[in-house]
Amino acid sequence: MNAIPDTMELVFQYPESLTKRNTHYCPGCTHGVIHRLVAEVLDELGVREQTIGVAPVGCSVLAYYYFNADFVEAPHGRAPAMATGIKRVNPDKIVFTYQGDGDLAAIGTNEIIHAAHRGELITTIFVNNAIYGMTGGQMAPTTLPGQKTTSSPFGRDPRIAGLPVHISEIMAAIPSVAYATRQSALDLPGINKTRKAIKRAFMTQQHGLGFSIVEVLSTCPTNWNLDPWAAMQWAKENMIPQFPLGDTRVSDEVAALKV
Amino acid sequence: MAKELLKGNEAFAEAAIRYGLEAYFGYPITPQSEALEHLARRMVEEDRVFIQAESELGAINMVYGAACCGVRTMTSTSGPGFSLMEEGLSYIAGSDVPAVVVNMQRGGPGLGNIQPSQSDYFLMVKSAGHGDFHPLVLAPASVQEIIDMMGLAFDLAEKYRTLVVIAGDGSLGQMMESAELPPMQPFPRPRPEWAVSGAKGRDPHIITSLDLSPEGLERMNLGFQAKLAEIQKHEIRWKEYETADAEILLVAYGTTGRICLSVMREARKQGLKVGLFRPQTLWPFPSARLNELSGQVRVMLAAEMNAGQMVEDVRLAVSGKVPVHFYGRMGGVVPLADEILAEVKKL
Ligand SMILES: Cc1ncc(C[n+]2csc(CCOP(=O)(O)OP(=O)(O)O)c2C)c(N)n1
Ligand code: SF4
Ligand SMILES: [Mg+2]
Repeated sequence: MNAIPDTMELVFQYPESLTKRNTHYCPGCTHGVIHRLVAEVLDELGVREQTIGVAPVGCSVLAYYYFNADFVEAPHGRAPAMATGIKRVNPDKIVFTYQGDGDLAAIGTNEIIHAAHRGELITTIFVNNAIYGMTGGQMAPTTLPGQKTTSSPFGRDPRIAGLPVHISEIMAAIPSVAYATRQSALDLPGINKTRKAIKRAFMTQQHGLGFSIVEVLSTCPTNWNLDPWAAMQWAKENMIPQFPLGDTRVSDEVAALKV
Repeated sequence: MAKELLKGNEAFAEAAIRYGLEAYFGYPITPQSEALEHLARRMVEEDRVFIQAESELGAINMVYGAACCGVRTMTSTSGPGFSLMEEGLSYIAGSDVPAVVVNMQRGGPGLGNIQPSQSDYFLMVKSAGHGDFHPLVLAPASVQEIIDMMGLAFDLAEKYRTLVVIAGDGSLGQMMESAELPPMQPFPRPRPEWAVSGAKGRDPHIITSLDLSPEGLERMNLGFQAKLAEIQKHEIRWKEYETADAEILLVAYGTTGRICLSVMREARKQGLKVGLFRPQTLWPFPSARLNELSGQVRVMLAAEMNAGQMVEDVRLAVSGKVPVHFYGRMGGVVPLADEILAEVKKL
């Protein structure tokens, strides 16, 4: 790294916890933004070298190429179970899962609910983009009523497909969850808050306070058939009313953390 | 160590601890639950990891996670649970990590019942998950052999970084026999270099079964096949009884192998030249030796607690050189020695 003159303050640099690889994400996809936030937090907490990540099945299946950390790749939805196995034999390591809404809120509901109930000392980053991105834009458990997808071509009909799954609210009801919050990666203030939430979640784990999860409202411009800017606007106007932002569960110990 | 009266399920569970089991994940199912119950107490006493998972899917993926860390880890189950675990088994095979699964088979299909059966032979040997792979499948026939094979299973799993399945059945799990447990091995065991452990002072380790390019995935598959070929070369195991002058050869594994030993002894008393061939590995299958024996015996009889599964491998092994007959009982019915002897007399 170039030497920085004493008089200058370093305010921005490429996170060490990211590799230099170009991602395969579509232009405007928020997966890349969220990766960066996680990486910045790992850097800031100085835990990169003791971190083990668990990648999902979904667009972020190749997350292990982008994080400069040890990683494993889980079967669809099973990341919390794998993370459980990893953390229990490595109580001194930082273990996190990175999962999409199909992965976590459909096929993997059982695994996440029980990892949370056991109070596993892991952190879950839950990327909610209201769609199955990887498989070509099918309906997700989080797809909004009326939202058109390739498998709800007339719009999600609650009489056929029920209503969206609200993971952060479910987490709020689980006693061994120390920290659950829903944030968004849809504009700068949202991104800053998301970063802080991710930091709080990892600190929750570091201090052994319980299970922590950060849901991040995200976009999928490609499968929403919107340009990146319009996708951000669509999410703000439609997703936020359905999935209100904010903390749903903060234990007293987590509230006392200096983030 | 002195011999003790031990129940199969408790014996393999305790043996696993002594052979260095660091993390057990399981879900209750008859006829293996005593193993889970034994470990629930003993793993905590030994300050090791025990979790009763939310399902067999949870259990096998916890095993997968722990296996990626290079520790001795296992689960145990029975048919319905094994079916659920197959997704994880395939990922374990696809990422070259060592793990051990004990399957105390019960009657199927569906919920079936909880009586002893061998109807998961195809499942364990031929189709333990999607994709091209075989677990190494060990087949014990006594409580002592379950204990010994527990250590062997961990050693082989680590040596080849492969999945090892112990194919038991309900009667092996439930029976009590006098057997000897191994002494406690040093613990914790050192972890292998390839494991995930945090990328401290080295490049990150990535454990995945994914390769999006056909050439890349074919290369990965060639790697799996090379490993399986090594296993086939070095790890075939079986036991023979009175084969030297046998004209009729019984072929049976596990509990049925044990029953056939009685059949053979009784037949010998009655002047029939009967021998017994008992595979101890179901994959790799001891085909070459069976083929040799087919040059000597007049006829073979495969006996199983199913509708005829292993018998297919026996027939493949002898490739038509001798007739291979089959006798099986299903649904959890354990065949009596007399029934099988009656079949032998018809040959
Ligand atoms: C057992 C299994 N079922 C189905 C699939 C196919 N599949 C791959 S990714 C995916 C959905 C991913 O959607 P999500 O979790 O929302 O992630 P995103 O791509 O939107 O980030 C599905 C259904 C699979 N790989 N495995
Ligand atoms: S398909 Fe959607 S979620 Fe996947 S990379 Fe593209 S924009 Fe992102
Ligand atoms: Mg999604």
